[in-house]
Amino acid sequence: MTAFLLRRFALILPTLFFVSVLIFGLQQLLPGDPAQAMAGEDQDPAVIAFLRQKYHLDQPLPLRYWYWVEGIAHGDFGESIRIKRPVRDLILEKLPVTAELAGLAMLVALAIGIPAGIIAAVKQDTAIDYGATMAALWGLSIPNFWLGILMILLFSVTLGWLPASGFVTPAESLKQNLLTLIMPAFVLGNAIAAVMMRHTRSAMLQVLSADYVRTARAKGLSQASVILRHALRNALIPVVTLGALEFGGLLSGAVLTEQVFTIPGFGKLIVDAVFNRDYAVVQGVVLCTAFAYIMLNLFADIAYALINPRLRV
Amino acid sequence: MTAEPLNARGDVAFIDFDAGEAPWQRALRHLVKRRAAIAGLGVVLFFIALAVLAPLVSPYDPLATNWGAVRKPPTMLHPFGTDEIGRDVLARVIWGARASLAAGLVSVSLALAVGVPIGLVSGYVGGFVDGTLMRMIDAVLAIPFLILAIALAAFLGPSLTNAMIAIGVSQTPIFARLTRGQVLSVKHEEYIEAARAIGNPHHRIVLRHIFPNIVPPLLVQATLAAAAAIIAEASLSFLGLGEQPPDPSWGSMLNTAKNFISQAPWMAVWPGLAIFGLVLSLNLFGDGLRDALDPRRG
Repeated sequence: MTAFLLRRFALILPTLFFVSVLIFGLQQLLPGDPAQAMAGEDQDPAVIAFLRQKYHLDQPLPLRYWYWVEGIAHGDFGESIRIKRPVRDLILEKLPVTAELAGLAMLVALAIGIPAGIIAAVKQDTAIDYGATMAALWGLSIPNFWLGILMILLFSVTLGWLPASGFVTPAESLKQNLLTLIMPAFVLGNAIAAVMMRHTRSAMLQVLSADYVRTARAKGLSQASVILRHALRNALIPVVTLGALEFGGLLSGAVLTEQVFTIPGFGKLIVDAVFNRDYAVVQGVVLCTAFAYIMLNLFADIAYALINPRLRV
Repeated sequence: MTAEPLNARGDVAFIDFDAGEAPWQRALRHLVKRRAAIAGLGVVLFFIALAVLAPLVSPYDPLATNWGAVRKPPTMLHPFGTDEIGRDVLARVIWGARASLAAGLVSVSLALAVGVPIGLVSGYVGGFVDGTLMRMIDAVLAIPFLILAIALAAFLGPSLTNAMIAIGVSQTPIFARLTRGQVLSVKHEEYIEAARAIGNPHHRIVLRHIFPNIVPPLLVQATLAAAAAIIAEASLSFLGLGEQPPDPSWGSMLNTAKNFISQAPWMAVWPGLAIFGLVLSLNLFGDGLRDALDPRRG
């Protein structure tokens, strides 16, 4: 196990290095003088000179990369050019909002995806299985921002049951907080539920034909007991670890969902930064998501290896 | 003639194939049996025809405004209604198919053109080259697809071309990984060893012997990636980072529609339905193609 962990950690370092080069390299895509591009409409020579000095734009590229990485290592992600605040503070401020939305969306995904996957596997090749498979394909094909608009149309505009947009923190009002997040969480969780359903179905099908499940049946256990106590327990292992890998999809979806429902989270931060040409914020958000994704991948691999000893060798 | 090969236990395994049938013929025979996949292909072809024939089939100029018909609900004159400046929604949906299909085609072609050679080299050469290339690919994979596309579109500037480049770059790692995996699984096959033994140069082994044998999974992935690219283009256009107004795109139409959801819901229904229909059809076709090309699925 120690050798596996060391090998897995050793793989992370070059990946992190290339991620940092890639994100730093984004700045080089800016046409012309990056300082002028960063200054945006404010073409004051003093501002441009300040930016050039602040971001070491008059230094050679490798040196600039070094200064940038050094800053990141000390928690300095730069400063927002528009809001005039450290990027780190902005990220820390928006992160809890997106984390809550993502957490609720994951709950929705698990609540829909896993039962649907179990039922589809148990009723393999029946109308229920085909129905669940088609529903999963529907979930994978529907653009979540369109689903969000349709839900606003139905539940906010037509029925008036839920607020169409906005966000209330749990500290202000837990009820309002949940009311504002029900629709976004469903919209975001919908596609992940489809993926979960597919994973659960295929894992359950594999497990249901295993010898130990046959033995459990031969012992005369009830169908519910065989499925829930014997099959599902093993089938869920890869599904739950795979769930961690859906984090990327969750973050991508959050960008759009937050835009549709005007939720002031991580996704809205990056979109607003794009339109404000606030490149330090864009870089900071991308770096944080990549780091979180790599770490979640690592935890998923470790969890999987802990459960499945064959992977440790 | 139907062959009845024996499996490891000596049972007859009823794998339905004709000994004289080429693999692609068998795949085609299996594909036409899958009604959902064929229906999906039919819808995709319908959208392609719509995009190609847009100047002929579109009832109005998609950019022509009519201030006397602002936000009109569907009528015989405007079957899909009109938008906030009186443009015909049907005409814009028809012309919008061009942006979506172009995004699917160009992004996936770009991802294939970059990802497949990387995967071929990585898988075939192995060792340090493989390790380095795969860590680079891991780095791109570590950034969620849409976040990377947004970041690239932000730095390149918002336009349909840049959105397509951004989507293509974001999809490249999937093809590089898939190709590498396929190369690793075939490179020690006997026919590759034979090709090496008779003195074929490496590039010939890769291009003439390995590559043709890994095309089927790439084809399936390309179909599914096209569906993902169409959603990504619509997402970027929805955020204002893809096709720029006034040119029609389903994503940007939805972006505008969201502001008029209570007054003109039809503005949101049709472009969304078009994205959903095209993506669902591509997914159905891709799933069917995967099953048809997989000999284990009979």
